[in-house]
Amino acid sequence: MPSQLVTNLTILVLAGFVGFAVISKVPNTLHTPLMSGTNAIHGIVLLGGLLVVGFSGNGIFNKIILVIAIAFGTINVVGGFLVTDRMLEMFKRKPVASEEPEE
Amino acid sequence: MTPLATSFLQNQNFIDALYIVAFGLFVLGLMGLTGPGTAVRGNRVAAVGMGLAVIATLLPPGIGNWGLIALGVAVGTAVGIPAARNVKMTQMPQMVALFNGVGGGAVFLIAWAEFRNSGGFGAGTPTYVAIFSLFAAIVGSVSFWGSNIAFGKLQGLLPGRPITLGGAQQPLNFVLGILTIAAAVDSAAGAHSEAIFIGMLVCAALLGNFVVLPIGGADMPVVISLLNAFTGLSAAATGIALNNPAMIVAGMIVGASGSILTNLMATAMNRSILAIIAGGFGGEVALGAGDGADGDRSVRSTSPADAAIQLAYARLVVVVPGYGMAVAQAQHTVRELQRALEARGVEVEYAIHPVAGRMPGHMNVLLAEADVPYEQLKEMDDINPEFQRTDVALVIGANDVTNPAANTQPDSPIYGMPILEVSNARSVIVLKRSMNTGFAGVDNPLFYDEKTQLLFGDAKSSVGEVVEELKGL
Repeated sequence: MPSQLVTNLTILVLAGFVGFAVISKVPNTLHTPLMSGTNAIHGIVLLGGLLVVGFSGNGIFNKIILVIAIAFGTINVVGGFLVTDRMLEMFKRKPVASEEPEE
Repeated sequence: MTPLATSFLQNQNFIDALYIVAFGLFVLGLMGLTGPGTAVRGNRVAAVGMGLAVIATLLPPGIGNWGLIALGVAVGTAVGIPAARNVKMTQMPQMVALFNGVGGGAVFLIAWAEFRNSGGFGAGTPTYVAIFSLFAAIVGSVSFWGSNIAFGKLQGLLPGRPITLGGAQQPLNFVLGILTIAAAVDSAAGAHSEAIFIGMLVCAALLGNFVVLPIGGADMPVVISLLNAFTGLSAAATGIALNNPAMIVAGMIVGASGSILTNLMATAMNRSILAIIAGGFGGEVALGAGDGADGDRSVRSTSPADAAIQLAYARLVVVVPGYGMAVAQAQHTVRELQRALEARGVEVEYAIHPVAGRMPGHMNVLLAEADVPYEQLKEMDDINPEFQRTDVALVIGANDVTNPAANTQPDSPIYGMPILEVSNARSVIVLKRSMNTGFAGVDNPLFYDEKTQLLFGDAKSSVGEVVEELKGL
């Protein structure tokens, strides 16, 4: 079998290129939302917590640190996306507000 | 659910397909972030991708501990939602640092649990799984502690100035780095000793603290970007260890984004990333110079009334915001000033330095909150030629990014840093709280320029007074 490792490393390298290509196009204006949006995306570690606790969460100490890990991951995901949304709404509404003075 | 539906939902191919859709949505969402018009949708698309990835993770048969999962998610949601809802835009840098930190924390905790579950990476654990888990544990731990220190500094819980152990700092960091790696190699080679693993986590934690503590406030944009990249890479490593493609893709994209931003910020300061991480920039030495050298030079101060007259009869006013504007939360008042000036036919633009504030794009977010149209926010390269025809450059709480010493004094610590060339404007009004130097601790010759007038006081109340005076004209 072309080992799982090779497949995963291929995914890693290609994802790196995709990341560089896409992120390079983000304008300076949006760097803070970009940062907090990507912040939310690395909350994907939540999946790691779910997998490990779901399949092999044995022992009280393991359970405690995994619950903390899941809580951390959830804060990262939920908080990150929400705060990014709040920020981006501010960027979006402006041109509309200035074009429609009746509001 | 019918058995047929259950077997379909729990089919590995279906789950894999969900993962592929999920990371497709991440990339699509980030593509949306390339323009202010599509960015909101982009972020939501990425959030949907995250939702799918979570569902896909929970579908396979044999998942247990549902109570624990629910508990973790509930606690995380209960903390995350109010935090995200209530944070002020001026506090965004520390919020990002905090969210970044918890991500790193999750990574190293997961690696720890894996270590324990596999009997210390015992028999049956492929070596590469051990290696990537250990990498994730180290980087996640550095990121967690580093982000917490960054949060403490930005929130004002810790002093913003560099805190260092002086000459002992670099050798100590070096030793800690070696110890961390040695412990990791030992664990990967099959030591199975939890004490060694914990020792490794502790060394990495100390390293995270010691690397960020010596870094001054002005260098925060670089540090936050770098820690963001770290957490991303550690998430990707966890993905490889757990054989989860969605984690690999998402983590790597964040790693790429963080690296790009780190590089942009370092370039905007004309300093190498290594030099910034080495820390201790500015601080004590230059501080003394700021106080002592004032004797032979004088500054001109002005009043809100005079400033208002000057602004009112200008054709082009360029506002140069900095961290001081964020601290004073003056962005809404600045927007009022802009409206008052525009009502009199004065053209107003904003000059945004890439490292103004404490994180990439900090000023843009604050001004967006205050409803300043983003077309009026000009990047450094676009606005610098404009200063030639600028009547008044209004510097609000910015210092180092306007310091002409960066162009003219080869011995200055910030020499070579690209700056906003406000000294080319016909006149300059600088809003400052006091004559203290900026966070880099470097004296700014701009303040002693004969074209420059200083308006002392809190940025928000100063701008407010100018607006009042403008109304009275």
